[in-house]
Amino acid sequence: MRAWLRHHAHSLGATVRRLARTPFASVLNALAIGVTLALPLGAWVLVVNLERLGGHLGADPQLSVFLETDATRADSARVEAALKGAHGVRSFRFVPKDEALAEMKRTQGLAEIAASLGSNPLPDAFIVALIPGDAVAAERLAAELRAVPKVAHVQLDAVWVKRLEAMLRLGGVGAGLLAGLLALGLVAVTFNTVRLQILTQRDEIEVSKLIGATDTYVRRPFFYQGTLVGLAGGLAAVALVAGTVGVVNGEVGRLAATYGSDFRLQLPEVSDLAAVLALSAVLGWCGAWLSVSKHLSEIQPR
Amino acid sequence: MVGAGDFACVTGHSGAGKTTALKLVPVIERPTSGSVVVNGQNVGALRRGAIPFLRRNLGLVFQDQKLLHDRSVFENVVLPLVVCGSAPAEAARRARAALDKVGLAGREKSMPIALSGGEQQRLCIARAVANRPSIMLADEPTSNLDPDAAAEVMAIFKAFHQVGVTIVVATHDAALVERFATRVIHLSHGRVIDARPETAGA
Repeated sequence: MRAWLRHHAHSLGATVRRLARTPFASVLNALAIGVTLALPLGAWVLVVNLERLGGHLGADPQLSVFLETDATRADSARVEAALKGAHGVRSFRFVPKDEALAEMKRTQGLAEIAASLGSNPLPDAFIVALIPGDAVAAERLAAELRAVPKVAHVQLDAVWVKRLEAMLRLGGVGAGLLAGLLALGLVAVTFNTVRLQILTQRDEIEVSKLIGATDTYVRRPFFYQGTLVGLAGGLAAVALVAGTVGVVNGEVGRLAATYGSDFRLQLPEVSDLAAVLALSAVLGWCGAWLSVSKHLSEIQPR
Repeated sequence: MVGAGDFACVTGHSGAGKTTALKLVPVIERPTSGSVVVNGQNVGALRRGAIPFLRRNLGLVFQDQKLLHDRSVFENVVLPLVVCGSAPAEAARRARAALDKVGLAGREKSMPIALSGGEQQRLCIARAVANRPSIMLADEPTSNLDPDAAAEVMAIFKAFHQVGVTIVVATHDAALVERFATRVIHLSHGRVIDARPETAGA
């Protein structure tokens, strides 16, 4: 057990020293992998943030029914009766014009406008939550409500949220596919890096085998190399994405402020970033394993 | 054919099979017929995973030396000990002892390229004995050396022989054979055509 640990310590130390002997090449290698990984990681960060943004908005289909400003309680009751008997309605809520104005006054960016109004220009309204998944019924209900007297406007909301959701799903799938392709790229880069290292150390490998090194002993430094290169690439990717988010966030904040929002891009949780690093290390190991399996058996003592 | 404690010389003209015969022992090559038995074990039938453990008990000195020229003298000698998993302090102590035995004490930090031909060959011997093998195999260890350096190298083999190590040297130098060998095996076209003395060993 002690000898086994010593072998690992020796292999890891030798690999780190070898990488440190060529710092420029090692950093460039990590950077190449980092840029490769930064693309899907950046796309993932973007999708997660857009999902977060969309999450504030509610995705269930919704109808807003606005009455004429001179509509009476009787007119409201007629609309209410129509909604109670309607197909596809999950729930509805009556919003009197006074409540709407109070809500407007509480809303950042609209408070000043509301305060400057002499009288309440807002109408009574109904907010109707629809059962999702039946767009035809929603359209039919909207048409029926438009025909009710004193109904000024019927708005079928949340369509754009649905579209955003669909786009995010598409973006997620795209980011996943990109991640898969670039993961193959990482494996290929590591494969080649380890192949070159095997060729560089050909004499050492041959001598080691002649003096009693097992295949496991000979392979181990290359596994460490692949894993470390993958891990360094993962770190570079996280640093690149974090740096980009830091640079862009100032502008995002300024843009969000114009909409009365304090939205900022956020990096994934530490545990998610740790998973990215672990994955890049595993991919590096896979590249090394493929390379070692392919090339090491070709080197036999002569 | 070689007994424990022998100083055996394998002789023959170029292409007689001396190098091949030596390569059969550490299973660098496998016999196409017959068997190679080392310490009662048919090494030709060893599975791949067992070969490294056989080689750890053999000290190999190669005609082309196979030194690592990007490593120091000390690093070359300590390598077999690291491969075997020796503790660093113990490995360093044994590597220094091996260098001392071949007269290279004080040259630990030198690079192999800075050594003379004879010193490089002695470095090979130090690496071969670092693991304290019971059998040493040397393929033409004096072929590229001047007579004085060759005599020095053979004297080192003799010293190890005197402490019980079995030595097998492939050489075509009749004078060295005459001076050092306790057993001579003469090959021609891959076959043993003469063995003196004729007692069978293992």
